[in-house]
Amino acid sequence: MRIPCPHCGPRTHEEFTYYGDATVRRPPSTGPDAEAAFCDYVYTRDNPCGLHRELWFHQGGCHEWLVVERDTRNHDIKAAVSARSVFGSDNAR
Amino acid sequence: MSCRIAQGGAIDRQQSIRFRFDGKDYSGCAGDSLASALLANDVRLVGRSFKYHRPRGILSAGTEEPNALVELRGGARREPNTRATDIELYDGIEAISQNRWPSLRFDVQAINGLFSPLLVAGFYYKTFMWPASFWEKVYEPMIRRAAGLGRAALEADPDHYEKSWAHCDVLVIGAGPAGLAAALTAARTGARVILADENFALGGRCLAERRAIDGQPAAEWAAQAVAELRSMPDVRLFARTTVFGVFDDGVFGAVERVNDHLPVPPQFQPRQRVWRFIAKQTVLASGSIERPLLFGNNDLPGVMLAGAVRTYINRFAVLPGRRAVVFTDNDDGWTTAADLVAAGGQVAAIVDSREPVIVSELARRFPDVQAFAGEVTGAAGGRHVQSVEILSRSGMLRRIDCDLVAMSGGWSPTLHLTSHKGSRPRWDEERSIFVPDMLPAGMRVAGAANGDMTLDEALVTGFRQGLTAAASCGFSGSMPVLPHVTEESARRVPLWRVRQASGKCFVDFQNDVTVNDVELAEHEGYRSIEHLKRYTTLGMATDQGKTSVVTGIALLAKQRSIPVAATGTTTFRPPYTPVAMGALAGHHRGLDFRPIRYAPSHRWASELGASFTESGPWLRAQWFPRPGESDWFEPTCREVQAVRSAVGLCDVSTLGKIDVQGPDALKFIERLYANNFATLAVGRTRYGIMLREDGFVFDDGTAARLAENRYLITTTTAHAVQVYQHMHLCHQTLWPELDVQFVSVTDQWAQFAVAGPRSRELLQRVLDPRCDLSNAAFPFMACGNLMLRNGEPARLFRISFSGELAYEIAVPGHRGDALIRALHDAGQDLGVVPYGLEALNVLRVEKGHVVGSELNGQTTAHDLGFGRMLSAQKDFIGSVLGRRTNLLDPARPRLVGIRTVDRSARLSGGMHFIPQQAARRIEHDQGHVTSVCYSPALEQWIGLGLLTHGPERHGEKVMVVDPLQGAETLVEVCAPVFIDPEGARLRG
Repeated sequence: MRIPCPHCGPRTHEEFTYYGDATVRRPPSTGPDAEAAFCDYVYTRDNPCGLHRELWFHQGGCHEWLVVERDTRNHDIKAAVSARSVFGSDNAR
Repeated sequence: MSCRIAQGGAIDRQQSIRFRFDGKDYSGCAGDSLASALLANDVRLVGRSFKYHRPRGILSAGTEEPNALVELRGGARREPNTRATDIELYDGIEAISQNRWPSLRFDVQAINGLFSPLLVAGFYYKTFMWPASFWEKVYEPMIRRAAGLGRAALEADPDHYEKSWAHCDVLVIGAGPAGLAAALTAARTGARVILADENFALGGRCLAERRAIDGQPAAEWAAQAVAELRSMPDVRLFARTTVFGVFDDGVFGAVERVNDHLPVPPQFQPRQRVWRFIAKQTVLASGSIERPLLFGNNDLPGVMLAGAVRTYINRFAVLPGRRAVVFTDNDDGWTTAADLVAAGGQVAAIVDSREPVIVSELARRFPDVQAFAGEVTGAAGGRHVQSVEILSRSGMLRRIDCDLVAMSGGWSPTLHLTSHKGSRPRWDEERSIFVPDMLPAGMRVAGAANGDMTLDEALVTGFRQGLTAAASCGFSGSMPVLPHVTEESARRVPLWRVRQASGKCFVDFQNDVTVNDVELAEHEGYRSIEHLKRYTTLGMATDQGKTSVVTGIALLAKQRSIPVAATGTTTFRPPYTPVAMGALAGHHRGLDFRPIRYAPSHRWASELGASFTESGPWLRAQWFPRPGESDWFEPTCREVQAVRSAVGLCDVSTLGKIDVQGPDALKFIERLYANNFATLAVGRTRYGIMLREDGFVFDDGTAARLAENRYLITTTTAHAVQVYQHMHLCHQTLWPELDVQFVSVTDQWAQFAVAGPRSRELLQRVLDPRCDLSNAAFPFMACGNLMLRNGEPARLFRISFSGELAYEIAVPGHRGDALIRALHDAGQDLGVVPYGLEALNVLRVEKGHVVGSELNGQTTAHDLGFGRMLSAQKDFIGSVLGRRTNLLDPARPRLVGIRTVDRSARLSGGMHFIPQQAARRIEHDQGHVTSVCYSPALEQWIGLGLLTHGPERHGEKVMVVDPLQGAETLVEVCAPVFIDPEGARLRG
């Protein structure tokens, strides 16, 4: 599998470290439901058959976290973008 | 008796090559395979079969060979199960036959054939069931002795293996007519082309057929094509290279047998090289594999695939028999008869299973040969075929003497690589073959691999696919003028198995699976092809059923009276042919398994005779034995005592160091660590713990505030990489708005602990005399930039892992060696000693400091006694889930100290706590011992452990037991600090 790193170009997957689901967002740490929300954030994961957005770290390259959109059925990679760009705009909202 | 034909073939008769088979010397020619050289010497019996130990000969002329497996070379280079048909003959080659005892001609286990009713499909599930007690002592050892084919070498492989990458626009797999044509058109457009073929000669069936292309022999055409390709700068040709796997995103695995054709690889050269080819487009031109026909004793030596007979005649100039019978269900078989005659052989009969009208039409071309519309019911002979029995359609039986049976059950496309990504081939009912269906992205198939069986079709599809592949990469070119080839016919009416057979009919030769086995398995309910495969082992041998699986599928379909299309296929997985583990490992073996990281003091420590141990990727000193000290115990105790009474030196550079800078550095650190850093002043250091978001402890270390917006944080050696990754994850996904930068500086700084009551004195001797190390100027937990006596910069941290007055001094990595030597030299009169990991461990256990054994991913801050450190004022990673009620339960196993009640008793790590009076059973388990050591200060074994309700049980006596070793002893629970609980020493 090769991951098209937006900074380094297409690189073999051995250079990357897999982390997991890139769609979950850290909830606010205060409020009555904080614990339940955090349990959900930490433990509950979908196991999609098809396109999945996930976090990969380019350990052997630019040290950037990437959001990689991968088809879990056949490893086809639709896109890989810097996590900053995704999470930065999310957090701004 | 030589079977060599006087003229022709792609061998060099002038270059004689000596080789040895089963201890006997023979000679062959340059250009021979081991199989062709054996046949040239009239050696027909080359092995014994797996289950019945039946005599076996050479069936094929390629990688599909199921029978002619030999052990190659000897000693440490012995390689089992190599296919004689694949092996390029070289001078001095040694091969021996397998699976026979005491000799190939006389084999004791051939008696298995008499017991064949016991050895039917699934026999190992049926025969060895009773009595149960026999399994371990009798049946299993017996089966293990009988099982397997060749023997692997017992010594380490002395050769080297490499891994490499190559990129191209178009990868062409297979250098037969279709592959060469594809490579030509692609390369002529200017595209970067890689052409790989598993054989040592490029040309595929161009070398094996008596065909003409544009009026010249096909082999000549191939040679010209290869020459043209070789002349182009952007084309790389790989002979002896098997593309064995298709992976994601245009990645192909290939193994190049760089020096397998030499007895010993030349110096500095690998035996094999594993390639990863990265290709934008691929043309698969892997050809096809001929199927055997199923008649009685179709496994006798001398029964050969018809196409292989042509290969031996036309490429290797060997006549594999003098009097042949050709048995076919298709037109191609007749070509073999023609080639046999042309080579001076005698064709005793052609037996064609099709309608008499077809047979008589073809027979007109062979007036001198007896042609039969009918079947061969069986072959007969001892160790070699001597005759066949023919049943003609009219019902007449007759026996014909022969020493060669050339059989053709049609050709199956070699489509394995089209299915490695998970898609299955499609059954083409009209042609009775499986053809590629869904292809991996960027792959095209040309020639016989796609079911286009004639030479004409191979060339046309090859040219076209090469051109379109290049066009997909942005290169344009045009179709060449198509060469002229004579017409041929690939008509076939599949026979699969004869109606009436005399003797065993083998489907899978290598695993000894017969037609009866397939029928029995179906009868017993194994109706899915995947079940059939596993029950009968059809297709499960080292050849993965290259000559047998399609026939097996057809037989199952026939038995179940369903179409072949409904039966489906088994799964094709990499590798296409076996790949040596050594090749896959490459250079990653022994000391090179992974890189070793050496601490800055490594050379100095080696000179002092230190004993080293692996600590993650690092090699660290364990202890520094002095003359007369033979084990680990003495030096460790001596080193500990020296630290407690004088001063010791220890390399702690392996701890992770991360330099954090920026206006938001404090904010960032506050969110990463569970404890408070807001009150940390510039020039001070603080111990900190990081949690995971689930509330468990992740790592611990210190953070030193070097300047207003600059912190140097340390991590444990084990978690350095994870912490660094975690920090990036937090910064880039959780708080990208924070203005902070950080980088790992672990390798940039050498850092040494200088510990013991005389550490201040020692440091003053190497530091600039103006540096004030007094308690007032540089108190406990101070940090700062200082200068060495020689003017070089250094950093000093007053932190203590040993509980003594202690410092850690850091200098740029390349100055580490000089500094440790300077410290060691300067402290001789102070009694300075170097100390290793063992002493470090004793010192920290005596002080109750936790390390990886306690920070095991299952402990919380509360468990380890850090509960009060957690800040309630801020949000940090783990702040919410770390407060979960169950994680604060005092009944959780929590950190305690233990000391043996019997002062002479020993402890070992991993012992379990059991209440004194309780049975030594798991339900009474109350936690476990995490760390132990012999404390020279207390003169007894002590330890740390995680005990339920631990902190409330100080003073209580508990058993610690080790059920594995049968050891147990009584311990007293205590606070996890054994030395100087007030901390007076480290503030001294």
